[in-house]
Amino acid sequence: MDILVCVKRVPDPAENEIRLNADGTDIERDNLVYSVNEWDNYAVEEAIRIRDRTGGSVTVVTVDNEEGDEVLRRELAMGADRAIHVQDKLFEGADGEGLARILKAEIEKGRYDLVFTGVQADAGSAQVGGMLAAMLDWPFASIVSHLEVLDEQKIRIHREVAGGNQEVYEMDLPGVLSIQTGINEPRYVPIRGILKASSLDIPIHKASDLGLTADTAGGSRARVKRQDYFLPVMGEGAEILKGTAEEIIERLIGLLKSKGGIR
Amino acid sequence: MSRPIYVYLTHHDGTIDDSALEMISAASRIDPDISVTAVAFGFGDDLAAACRQAAQYYREVWKIEHEKLTHPDAEVIRRVLVRILPKGAIVLIPHEHFGMDLSPGLSILLETAYLSDVVDFEAAKDDRIRAVRQEYNGSVSTHVDCDLSNGAVINVRPGIFKKEEGQGVNGLVIDKTEETFKDWIPETRRRFLEIIKAEAGEVDITQSEILVSVGRGIQDQENLEIIFGLARAVGGDVSCSRPIVDAKWLPRERQVGNSGKTVKPKVYMALGISGSFQHIAGIKGNPFIVAINKNPQAPFFQIADVAVVADILDFLPRLTAKINETREKK
Repeated sequence: MDILVCVKRVPDPAENEIRLNADGTDIERDNLVYSVNEWDNYAVEEAIRIRDRTGGSVTVVTVDNEEGDEVLRRELAMGADRAIHVQDKLFEGADGEGLARILKAEIEKGRYDLVFTGVQADAGSAQVGGMLAAMLDWPFASIVSHLEVLDEQKIRIHREVAGGNQEVYEMDLPGVLSIQTGINEPRYVPIRGILKASSLDIPIHKASDLGLTADTAGGSRARVKRQDYFLPVMGEGAEILKGTAEEIIERLIGLLKSKGGIR
Repeated sequence: MSRPIYVYLTHHDGTIDDSALEMISAASRIDPDISVTAVAFGFGDDLAAACRQAAQYYREVWKIEHEKLTHPDAEVIRRVLVRILPKGAIVLIPHEHFGMDLSPGLSILLETAYLSDVVDFEAAKDDRIRAVRQEYNGSVSTHVDCDLSNGAVINVRPGIFKKEEGQGVNGLVIDKTEETFKDWIPETRRRFLEIIKAEAGEVDITQSEILVSVGRGIQDQENLEIIFGLARAVGGDVSCSRPIVDAKWLPRERQVGNSGKTVKPKVYMALGISGSFQHIAGIKGNPFIVAINKNPQAPFFQIADVAVVADILDFLPRLTAKINETREKK
């Protein structure tokens, strides 16, 4: 089975508090710790496990500026066979659809039985995999929490739905899946492995290599454009308890008791 | 120009979902003058009942019946929508497991723009609409401009827009089944087999009155004893957010949220949980919410009643000790 996994470099949610920059045009990017998108990491692990069982190959691809290199090397160290870095100034500002068009062009250069994305990334749109499948006219399943290879042309998958229930589907290949966290336990990647991967050659594919122009996949044709960032207001906001730890604990216990939070 | 708006009607066991009423409010935010059409898929008596109920709120309900749609399958429904929707329409779909499966691909096939997980709209003008979305797990919001000139598929977050209350519309149910399946059989390369129901576990958190809920802030499986200690002290049950289940530190039956359980306690303590909308969607019944997190920007701080800015690993053992001490004094 030859599998392509689409990965993205994102600010690590475990390592950063996301704040706005001074003029609200972006999040504060200084001193952010980046890593591979959590969902994508599960997707790469799943691809490696399938390859180890059935043979074939795992390719990781990212569409990013030069910074994307580090996540590709990390996934190579994890066990991917090959990496592709799609990089072009033309792609800056591309929306989800633009990104899917770029990936479609890359996929058509190769031969893949399966394409994985994570369920979602930092912008929470959960859109590229489904768009890509429609463009390729391949079947698609989102939020995949379990996968079995039945034969060369068929897989069985579980989709996570409401209430902890799972939908079971059989799907013909080739297909696109968006992979949910928890589908496996991603392996630990030792620093030594990442250092070893630092000398590997990663091809860079530009728009012209993929037959793409500003009219077909450039950021300028995006129909969806982010205007600004601001802090969300969802409710009234909590009363933040202040004072010494003793005072806060005293107050909190009083509140909990009055609301039935301590039996 | 005004564009027709269609809503994908979510229904279960013959009853329409809350989102069916929320989508009417969402549609009126896009265009207050437009008449909205609900599109209902399914089979048999359940579909008929859902359509009748929807017609109390929608002027027009399209009914599309097929045995293959007894369980809603996005791969089939996407193809049907492409056949029957007029060009340039706006389609509203709840952003949950089904909408995430259906919508991105639908926007490609309809050649429209796609907006995902929208939480608010500002009125459409000159065939553009400005919507509000959230990024980084709800930590920040963004205004997003979307070009409607070819229509749009818009996934709307459930539980955000007010439920439409105007019953008694006495709308029309239009059966589109024949038109849809004339000379066409919905063959797909993905076939629905069955639903596997969640297993019942050692604790049923849907019945708990006090939930002591733990998230990523606990950092290590060994630290979970801090949470169980607090739960014993207050007489509550331990629940958790998704990352704790993904890490296999607690079983899935303790997970609160869209992909876990919907709970309705009197008191909910969110400990080291930032508060993604998928998690918050699982908390019903307006409980008293206490959020404790070292990050004051955690989304939970916006919806909680009281909050403490603290590292739970330091704060909770002291809280638990104090509760136990107060108890012993009695």
